[in-house]
Amino acid sequence: MIRWAAPPRRPLRRQPATLVALAWLALVVTAALAAPALAPQGPLAADAARALLPPGRGAPLGTDFIGRDILARLVWGGRWTLQMSAVALALAVGLGLPVGLSAGSLGGRVETLLMRLVDALLAFPTLLLALTVVAVLGRGLGPVALAVGLASAPPYARVARSVTREVRRQPYILAARAVGASSWRIALRHILPNAAPTLIAFAATQFGWVLLNGAALNFLGLGAPLGAPEWGAMLAEGRGYLRDAPWASFFPGLVLTLTVLSANLVSDGLQEASGQQ
Amino acid sequence: MTVRYIGQRLLEVLLVLWLAATLAFGALQWAPGDPAQVLLAASGASPQEVAALRQRLGLDDPPLQQYLRYLLDLVRGDLGRSWLHGRPVGRMIAEQFPSTAALALAATSIGVLLGVSLGTLAAIRRTTWLDKAITALAVLGLSTPIYWSGLLAILLFSLTLRWLPATGEGTWRHLLLPALTLGITLSGAIARVVRVRVGEALSQPYVTAARARGLPPLWVLVVHVLRVALGPAVAVTALQFGFLLGGAVVTESVFARRGLGRLLLGAIVSRDMPVVRGVVLVGALSYVLVNLLGDAVQAWLDPRLRDRAP
Repeated sequence: MIRWAAPPRRPLRRQPATLVALAWLALVVTAALAAPALAPQGPLAADAARALLPPGRGAPLGTDFIGRDILARLVWGGRWTLQMSAVALALAVGLGLPVGLSAGSLGGRVETLLMRLVDALLAFPTLLLALTVVAVLGRGLGPVALAVGLASAPPYARVARSVTREVRRQPYILAARAVGASSWRIALRHILPNAAPTLIAFAATQFGWVLLNGAALNFLGLGAPLGAPEWGAMLAEGRGYLRDAPWASFFPGLVLTLTVLSANLVSDGLQEASGQQ
Repeated sequence: MTVRYIGQRLLEVLLVLWLAATLAFGALQWAPGDPAQVLLAASGASPQEVAALRQRLGLDDPPLQQYLRYLLDLVRGDLGRSWLHGRPVGRMIAEQFPSTAALALAATSIGVLLGVSLGTLAAIRRTTWLDKAITALAVLGLSTPIYWSGLLAILLFSLTLRWLPATGEGTWRHLLLPALTLGITLSGAIARVVRVRVGEALSQPYVTAARARGLPPLWVLVVHVLRVALGPAVAVTALQFGFLLGGAVVTESVFARRGLGRLLLGAIVSRDMPVVRGVVLVGALSYVLVNLLGDAVQAWLDPRLRDRAP
């Protein structure tokens, strides 16, 4: 049977999946902040006698190839991974939003010029662009955050511009113009607030993306220094022991996936709550 | 599609490619380190030898001259020589291209087949458990890093069940795991767009009209709904080709496959900038061409787009 009618919209509090996702994100952030209290031994405490222990007593998620506790490393690693993603997201929004907003609200030559530049950057696939930036800046967690942030700015500018253009067509913008509001006032006081739901939802999606891409660069060995408990780097380290100690790569990947999934679910939930599909 | 529209699009593509090439040139100029020293570092060359090499590579010429020479070389299809191996970058890329192309093609086929069928299924059963299950699967596929799902696939199918080889290449058996890993992630993105677009199309007046004329539901779905809804799906597939290129870097690393991704990664680690630039430019070129093709297919699928030339 085919259902032809469109579904109704749902407020955030009536979306259990979104609430669970928010709770997981809160848990991950809290754990990262409380790392010194939760895992006082630190992420680097090694014990060769306890190498490659399976999950169980003493090590809830097992230990890695030099006997470091995986759970402790994941909790501490949240600091590395989340910080990297936060910097990258701030960069993507901080660069993309002003460009997209001014292109979309000012129009004309400014728009053509800005969007041509964005198009040229979009011609580079995100991860390839990030890899190029890392190639120029050299390896390290800072360059990776910078690279992923820069590479995510063009898509954000694109979306910001298209939402802005949509909002600009609304009658209340015409009304604001009619009473003599300046272009900047219209952009900041009228367009921005009304574009906010989409902009926030897309920022949530982007958070998932920068997390995924940042961890990918770390997985490829271009970011965090050797032995650092960054999630992607942990996954790469555990990969050598896939046969004997699958937990060493399974749990970092699981935490990463759940976090990205939560970001995507929150984004979907926000869109559904504001009536967009 | 008029000739004028095609000409306009081609001009746009050329402009974008020129900007991309310029950015790639700039990246190489800003990169710290003296290529001549990088090249001769291993052999412990004297300053005279470094200076001689700098001159031979044209590194002492004014930047504008270097830039024009670079553009001219690009137009002739010359991507320069590797700093590390001294071989033409174009040939190095040509050697690795088939392996990555096979992976991309297989992954795209899997992604489109799975994505379109699951997305349509979810849309026509909106708000039922089937829709919810498919939506959940799609977002899960989208959120799972390929460097994790790839390892899980190796663990399950190669190490535990011993059905398929984990690494290597040559036969379809070697291609299957990497292509599935990449294709399933791709299908998540496609299914989401197809679901929304088919969902929108289902309540459009022309669909209601077709149903009112008494056409069979399946006919309406395939001929009226899918034809229009597939346009955006094609656009998303073309856009996701960029994800595919990045994903190929990771996938090739996970499954130890040859290919452009491995070439790029090795070049980044050894700072072999001409190779980095060459691979990135070839990536950008194929991305732009695939998107151009996507636009053409979209216009063919949805006649309304043909009159709306930008």
